[in-house]
Amino acid sequence: MATTITMPQLGETVTEGTVAQWLKKPGESVEKYEPFVEVSTDKVNAEVPAPVTGTIRELLIKEGDTVATGTPIAVIDEVEGAAAPAPHAAQPHTPHQPRHASQAPPPPAPSQAAPQPAASAPAAAAGSRGNGTAAARNGPTEGALRGASPAVRRLAREHHIDIAQLRGTGTNGRVTADDVLAAARLGPSAAVGAAIAEPPRERAIPPDGKSTYADPIPGTIVPLSQARKIIAQRMVESKSTAPHAWSMVEVDVTNVWKWRAKEKDRFARDTGYSLTLLPFFIRAVVESLHAFPLMNAKFTDAGIAVQKDVNIGIAIGLPANLVVPVVKNADKLSIKGLAIAAGELIEKARRNKLSVDDLAAGTFTVNNNGANGSYASAPIINGGQAGIVTMEAVVKKPVVTKDDAIAIRSMMNVCLSLDHRVVDGYVASGFLADLKRRLEALGPDGVL
Amino acid sequence: MAVATPAKTMTNVEAVRSTLYDALKRDDRIVILGEDVGNRGNVFLITKGFIDEFGPERIIDTPIAEASIVGIAIGMAMEGLRPIAEIQFADFIYPAFNQIVGEAAKTRYRSNGEYTCPLVIRTPYGGGVRGALSHSVSIEALFYHVPGLTILAPSTPRDIKGLLNAAIEANDPVLFLEHKRTYRLIKDEVPDEYYTVPIGKANVSKVGHQLTVVSYGLYAHQALDAAHRLEEEDHSVEVIDLRSIRPMDRSTILESVRKTRKLLIVHEDNKFGGIGAEISAMVAEEALFDLDAPIRRLCGPDVPAMGYALPLEEEFMISTERMVDAMREMVTF
Repeated sequence: MATTITMPQLGETVTEGTVAQWLKKPGESVEKYEPFVEVSTDKVNAEVPAPVTGTIRELLIKEGDTVATGTPIAVIDEVEGAAAPAPHAAQPHTPHQPRHASQAPPPPAPSQAAPQPAASAPAAAAGSRGNGTAAARNGPTEGALRGASPAVRRLAREHHIDIAQLRGTGTNGRVTADDVLAAARLGPSAAVGAAIAEPPRERAIPPDGKSTYADPIPGTIVPLSQARKIIAQRMVESKSTAPHAWSMVEVDVTNVWKWRAKEKDRFARDTGYSLTLLPFFIRAVVESLHAFPLMNAKFTDAGIAVQKDVNIGIAIGLPANLVVPVVKNADKLSIKGLAIAAGELIEKARRNKLSVDDLAAGTFTVNNNGANGSYASAPIINGGQAGIVTMEAVVKKPVVTKDDAIAIRSMMNVCLSLDHRVVDGYVASGFLADLKRRLEALGPDGVL
Repeated sequence: MAVATPAKTMTNVEAVRSTLYDALKRDDRIVILGEDVGNRGNVFLITKGFIDEFGPERIIDTPIAEASIVGIAIGMAMEGLRPIAEIQFADFIYPAFNQIVGEAAKTRYRSNGEYTCPLVIRTPYGGGVRGALSHSVSIEALFYHVPGLTILAPSTPRDIKGLLNAAIEANDPVLFLEHKRTYRLIKDEVPDEYYTVPIGKANVSKVGHQLTVVSYGLYAHQALDAAHRLEEEDHSVEVIDLRSIRPMDRSTILESVRKTRKLLIVHEDNKFGGIGAEISAMVAEEALFDLDAPIRRLCGPDVPAMGYALPLEEEFMISTERMVDAMREMVTF
C-alpha cells in the first residue's frame, strides 16, 4: 500500500522545512529507519528516516523548496506486512525505539524467556565490564530506576542519560554515579532529542578531487553547503539591515579567574564538564541585561520588541561552519547550571548533534573569542538581536590600581557590537560599564 | 618543614598530663577536683605529684560522689575559678547527670548571660581494655542531645593538647572525653608551645575520593589504618576524625560526602540513637542527591554493656578487618 510522507516538524517552534537533498530516487527501495531525505531548517540539516520499509514511488517536492510542516513530500509503496496508517508524518530519528509495534504479536511466553531489546541496544558506555546490564536484570527503565541511587538519578537527569542504556560497574551490575559521568563524557545517549543533524557525510565530498571546505584547492570553487548558504545570507542580512556600532571595555578578571581555578577540578569530577570562564561571563551578562532591558531587544517596524526571556546564544566555531546554540532562560540558572547547560551545547555542537530547538529563540549572543588569543574583535550581530559581546584573551598585565600602585592583574577585553537602531552609545556604554562592574565583583570565593 | 618548632613525642595520657600541668602553672584560677586526683595522682597517674607542687587547695581529692564533684565545680566556675573536674571513669558519670544537663548546660541561659559556667569535665571512656561492665562505656550519645554542652573526643596527643587548652579557655561547660585504650597506644609529636585547636572543627586525616569515613576516638586510628590498607587495593578512602562531637563540623562532612558520594560512620557507642544517627540524618537532609549508596553505620551492638569475657568484648569492639571489609563493600558498591 502507498504511504504518504509529510514534512516533519523538526522542533517545537518550527513551522516549515526545506528539502535540502533527496537521499533516495523514485524506484529505489528504502528500509524503515533509513534516512531518505535531508531537511534543513534554520541552521541545521536533519536527516529524516523513513517510517516504513518500501519503494519510493514519488517525490513531491523539489530540492531547495520550502513547505509547511504537514505538507506531503513523498509517497512510499510499503512492503506488505508492515502496515501503518497514512498519511504518515516522517518520524525523527529514534533508533532505539522498541520494535514491538512493527513485529508480529509476540508468542504467549513469559517475557523473561528470551533476551529482550534492551539487551540488544548498543550500550552507551564503551569498554564496560561486569555481568549483564542493569536493564537486563530489571527490565525497562522503571526497573533500572528502582535500583538507582539519588546521585545516579540526579546526574542522569542533568546529563540526559537513560540509565537503562548503561552497563553498571557496581555490585551486581548496579549503575554507579561514575558510570553516568563516564557515559556523559561520551555524549548523551542516542535516544535523546528530536531531529538530530548527522555528522558531515562522506558523500558530500566529491569523489573527483574537487575542492571542499575541509580541503580547499587553490584555483577551484568550493561548492556552498546548505549551512554556508544560510550563514552567508544571515551575515549579509544583519550587516546590511542593522547599523553596527562598536565599543570595548577592559575588565579585571583576576578574582573570577582565581575562583574558577579553585573550583575547576572538583567541578570536572562532579559534572564531567570543564569549568571555563564562560558561565561566569554569561552570569554577569544576564544580570546586566536585566539592568538594561533594551539590550535584550529586537528592532521591528512596529517598534522595539523588548524580550521577556533572556536566552543567551553561544557562538561556537566549527571547522566548516558556525553554530550558535542557545541557553534558554539563562537568567534562571546559577553559574553551575550555566556551565552544565553550555557544556552540553558545546559537546553537542562538536558532535553535530544540535537539534533545531537548541538553536532557536536566542535574544542576545556571547562569543568566546579569546581562546585563540584574539585581543579585540568586531563581531556581527546575530539577526533579530540588539547586540553581541565577546570575551577576548585573558592577559596578565601591569595595571595601575586605585591607590596608584602597580599590580600584575589578569585583564580581558570585552567587545560589544550593537544595533544602533535599537540603542545608542548611552545605553550601550552603560551596559558595558555595568557588565565590567559585575565581572570585577565576582570571586575569588562564592557559591557556583 | 621550614622551621622546626620544638616538640616532644608523647602518648595520649602524657599529653593530658602535660597540658594540665602547663595550665596549672599558667593560670591560678585553675583547680582540679575528683576522686583520687590528689595523693593517688589519678588512676592513670595523670596528676601524679600535682598535689605536692600545687597544694591541696588546687588539687582536691573528693569523696566518691559524682554529683558533688560536678556540683561544686559548677559553683566554682560561676564564681570566677576555672575548675577541671574529673569523673574517674565515664561509667560513673550518671549521678552527675542532673548537674551537667540540668545546671551546667543551662547556666548562661538561665541567668540571661549574667553567669557562665567555664567548667571542663574530663573523663576516660571506651572499651577494648578488658574493663567489663563498669569501665568500658561510651557516654557521648547520652549528652549530645543537650544544647549548651560542648563534647570533645580528640584521638591524638596533638589534638588532646589543643582541644584541652580550647576547653579550658571556653566560657561554657565542656565534656572532655579521653579514650582510655588510646592512652598509651597512641604516641606522636606535640609542640611545646601553647596552642589551641578550634572547637567544632573536624580533621581530615586522610584525603580520598571514593568513600567518606567519619569516626572519632580509638576508631579514628583504626579507620585510618583500614583506609591505608584499601589504598593497596587501589581504593581511595577519605577519613574524617570528628574530634568535636558537639558542635559538629557539618561543612567538612558535607563537603567530603558531596565529593565521594558515599558515607560510612564508625563508632564504638551503640548504633541506635548514636552520633552516627545524627550525622546520617544531617547528610540525608543536606546531600541526598549526592549519595550513590545507602549511608552505613558500623557501631557497637545494642546490648546493655560490654562483657568481660574476651569473645564478648571482641564481639562488641569493631576490628580493623571489619572496617576494611565494610569500606571495600561500599567503595565497590
